[in-house]
Amino acid sequence: MKTLAASKLGKDDLIATYRLIKLGRRLDERLWQLNRIGKVAFHISGQGSEVAQAAMIKAFNTKRDYFLPYYRDMTAAMGWGVTAEQIMAGSLGKAADPSSHGRQMPNHYGSVAHRIVSFGSTVTTQYLLATGVAYAALLDHKDYVTLVTTGEGSTAQGDFHEALNIASIKKLPVVFAIENNGYAISTPNREEFAVKQLAERGKAYNMPAEAVDGHDFTATYQAFAKAVSRAEKGKGPTLIEVMVDRLTGHSSDDNQNVYRSKEEMAALKENDNVPLFEKQLSEEKILTPAEIANIDAEIKEMVNQATQAAEKLPAPAAETLLDHVYA
Amino acid sequence: MKTIELKMPQLGESVTEGVLTSWLVKAGDEIAQYDPVAEVENDKVVTEIPASEGGTVKELLVQENETVPVDAPIMTLTVAGEATEAAAKPAPQAPEKVTEETPATVTQSNEPEKPKPEPAAGQPRFSPAVLSLAQAHDIDLNHLTGTGKHQRITRKDVQRAIEQKAAAPTTEASKPAPTKPAKPAAPKPAAKSADDSQAVPASNIRKTIARNMLQSVHEIPQAWTMIEVDVTNLAALRNQNKAAFKADAGFSLSYFPFFVKAVAQSLKRHQRLNSSWQDNQIIHHDDINLGIAVATDDALYVPVIKHADRLSIAGIAHEINRLATSVREGKLTAADMSGGTFTVNNTGSFGSVASMGIINYPQAAILQVETIRREVAVTKDNQIGIRQKVNLCLTLDHRLLDGLAAGHFLNDLKQILENYQVDTEIY
Amino acid sequence: MTEHTYLEALNLAMHEEFARDPGVVVFGEDVGGDKGGVFGATKGLAAAFGDQRVFNSPLGESGIAGLAIGLGLMGHHAIAEFQFADYILPAVNQIMSEAARMRYRTAGDWTAPIVFRTPYGGGVHGGFYHSQTTDKVFAGQPGLRIVTPSTVYDAKGLLKAAIRSEDPVLFYEHKRLYRSLKADIPDEDYVVPLDKAQVLQQGDDITVMAYGTMLQHALNAAKALQAEDISTEVVDLRTLYPLDQETILAAAKKTGKVLLISEDTKEASIINNVAAIIAEQALFDLDAPVQQLAGPLAPGMSYALEDEFLVSAEQVQAAMRELAQF
Repeated sequence: MKTLAASKLGKDDLIATYRLIKLGRRLDERLWQLNRIGKVAFHISGQGSEVAQAAMIKAFNTKRDYFLPYYRDMTAAMGWGVTAEQIMAGSLGKAADPSSHGRQMPNHYGSVAHRIVSFGSTVTTQYLLATGVAYAALLDHKDYVTLVTTGEGSTAQGDFHEALNIASIKKLPVVFAIENNGYAISTPNREEFAVKQLAERGKAYNMPAEAVDGHDFTATYQAFAKAVSRAEKGKGPTLIEVMVDRLTGHSSDDNQNVYRSKEEMAALKENDNVPLFEKQLSEEKILTPAEIANIDAEIKEMVNQATQAAEKLPAPAAETLLDHVYA
Repeated sequence: MKTIELKMPQLGESVTEGVLTSWLVKAGDEIAQYDPVAEVENDKVVTEIPASEGGTVKELLVQENETVPVDAPIMTLTVAGEATEAAAKPAPQAPEKVTEETPATVTQSNEPEKPKPEPAAGQPRFSPAVLSLAQAHDIDLNHLTGTGKHQRITRKDVQRAIEQKAAAPTTEASKPAPTKPAKPAAPKPAAKSADDSQAVPASNIRKTIARNMLQSVHEIPQAWTMIEVDVTNLAALRNQNKAAFKADAGFSLSYFPFFVKAVAQSLKRHQRLNSSWQDNQIIHHDDINLGIAVATDDALYVPVIKHADRLSIAGIAHEINRLATSVREGKLTAADMSGGTFTVNNTGSFGSVASMGIINYPQAAILQVETIRREVAVTKDNQIGIRQKVNLCLTLDHRLLDGLAAGHFLNDLKQILENYQVDTEIY
Repeated sequence: MTEHTYLEALNLAMHEEFARDPGVVVFGEDVGGDKGGVFGATKGLAAAFGDQRVFNSPLGESGIAGLAIGLGLMGHHAIAEFQFADYILPAVNQIMSEAARMRYRTAGDWTAPIVFRTPYGGGVHGGFYHSQTTDKVFAGQPGLRIVTPSTVYDAKGLLKAAIRSEDPVLFYEHKRLYRSLKADIPDEDYVVPLDKAQVLQQGDDITVMAYGTMLQHALNAAKALQAEDISTEVVDLRTLYPLDQETILAAAKKTGKVLLISEDTKEASIINNVAAIIAEQALFDLDAPVQQLAGPLAPGMSYALEDEFLVSAEQVQAAMRELAQF
């Protein structure tokens, strides 16, 4: 693991990153609770990839760039500007939900104000949409870079191939990220693809590609920073496979105990990216354990406030059902 | 302080119940909001259930390892705050539910531009089904009152009119009558006319009868004939059986069943009279279904004795009684009034000695059985004696019948009636 | 006014819209360079507007659709060409799940104002995969519009309107009309609405509604039947989804005798939807059962038996005469 200092990010940046990581974890836990109480119909979790998501988005100019996320990217979406209350509004189906105004299932993060593009549930379509968004930058002589993410299971779709092919042909300023957490719901990597690392596929498109450990903040950040720099210089797309964990079931509807062993789960818990990051913070004396505990208390309060505020928001009015079908 | 219920949440799409595998709290425990209170297992997940609010556990409502339906209370919790209606409300619907359920009420109006079917203003509009049915049964739609929206005439309205028509009386001697068990609407108060006579608006049923009569008279060239029959033996036969029959059946044996039976027998030999004229074709009916007139105070019905040829005299008597009772009690069914192939009218019951029936369209003929009267007559052996006589009047459709065929039928009928003996089996 | 073919009218429409709006782009298989598409619809565009706006895509239809939708998200009125309507099927997910849903699923925050152009229809010895009319696959996807020009005038005006529209539009072009249909059309700029059918000919005995080559059959038969004193109202359905209920109902009620024609297999076809509208809302004005003349229940269409599959001009005329006599 590289040190946090090696990222060459300032102390304030690293503390802000920690706050984002912790918010990602605590908000996710709250959404599970709300699901188990019956207030949120569905939740799909990003626990195990918070550090990777925070490192990834840290490499982008979130005030300039476009982001096409997938459903585990809650931490990334908040890093891009969406607030905890807005995420909560989405899960509770409130009109103020910036991703769909209560129309999509939870976890389909988006926000036009933050240049986070809406995505659907038939996975990997966003990879192709990203080529269009990136091509528009060339047509319009804009300098934004486009980030698109997906789970490793989705790389089996034809759209994955078509997107990489088009992006490479057109040298598009786009960064393709794969968050490989080992499972497509219950199907393990070995039943999903026959290559060792999905990053090997970059070669097939003459596209730089690498696999990084998502627990390693600095390595992940640097990989994406390099990709963004390539895109900015007109050198075209990059493929990055980030190795992450999935600490929970696939979703609130899934019982992973039936396909994962207790030993496997215990090992994952040992390797939980959030405490690992906290350990780095204190070892590198960026934050003391007491400061970390204080931040955690603050974050918990933030989550409580976001929950309360979002619960008070109105649901979309019934008469809006027919709005926005056509222009 | 107030008490709230914690309920079994819906954990997973399509899940309807869960097993509460263990309690993590007990009565009296102080718990914070979101603290886990129980472990639950269902088809999809194994999970802890958190408390929706903090407070003191009051009571656990289910046992460990009990299966609990979604939304059923599992425990009560004493929490801070006023007991309000809102606090007792169940958790808000999950968003997925909202998208599934809200549209159901709204979708019904999801085509705002769709032009509404125009109300039938001015000229009534008839559906193809109504028009074709009306045409097939010659129903004048202008005289029907629709029961549909905006008084549209429905197919059922036409079907009703057809039933009424089938049951309509067909003799001029008959009284005005509704042809349906339901009583006709009371006539509106009569309007006084200039000459002090009263104009009473005709009911729809009366109008239907009028049309049926007109149709019969307009379309059918009707011929009329009458024969005289000696029914002295028939009367003796009836007298012979009268008392026993009454004791057995509970109602009196009248003359009419003897005539009906004879008509059925004669029709069997003269199929031409059991026919109808349709589109230049003569339709012979295999079944002999005899319509009979049954009068009430204000109406007259023509129920049908099905397969009259297969019934004995007593059987016919029973069937007549059943139909008459049904008429009185308003229990006559559409089936009772449909399918007639020939009509026999008991005009003698009110003293008529000769009458001309109007054919019950589209049948071939109608027979009137007049009053039986005693006459001084010359008998076969040239003796003078008192004989009982009756006139039988036949109106026939001259398109399919002529005098000869009618004569053969009537002669056979006369033979049958005169050949009744005092020991003829009526059962 | 200048005489143009249907294909030239489409090409003109794109030239004019490219000049009007620098954001318009077109791409697809063999669309760019000097070739300008396998039918030549985009000929000259690359030379005039450069290969960044007019280019060949790799041979992958989902990619063509996804790229277009991404451009649409960024405000580009992109035109994506699918070489044949048969080849659109690999792109169904992108078109239905993304293009058709985008506006609604974001309550208007994101939109996909793009045109999917594609040649359709049989009669060119194209066998199963160069002859189909796949419009029915998409009819029933709210958010999407399906239109098809059947006249030279509409080829230009309807395409220009589709390019300018803020909705995703599936634009079906009948490949048999490309060069066979010629007419004088205005040289000046005009557009044709994307939600209106058109009465091409007034009549009071029967009403015929169709599009594509079937509409040409109907127009020819209507002319021939004038000699028999049969007066035909001819409607170009033109906007196939959502359908123009107002024009359809007015034309149906006018004569009460309606013949709908499709070269596609009848089941679940566009004309089925038209028949349903008439059945629901024009019952009392009907003077005959609604007639549907369409392809048989067999995949469209056998290479060797194409003529047997397709509804012929003679069948159209006979059906019209029979309806008039009903």
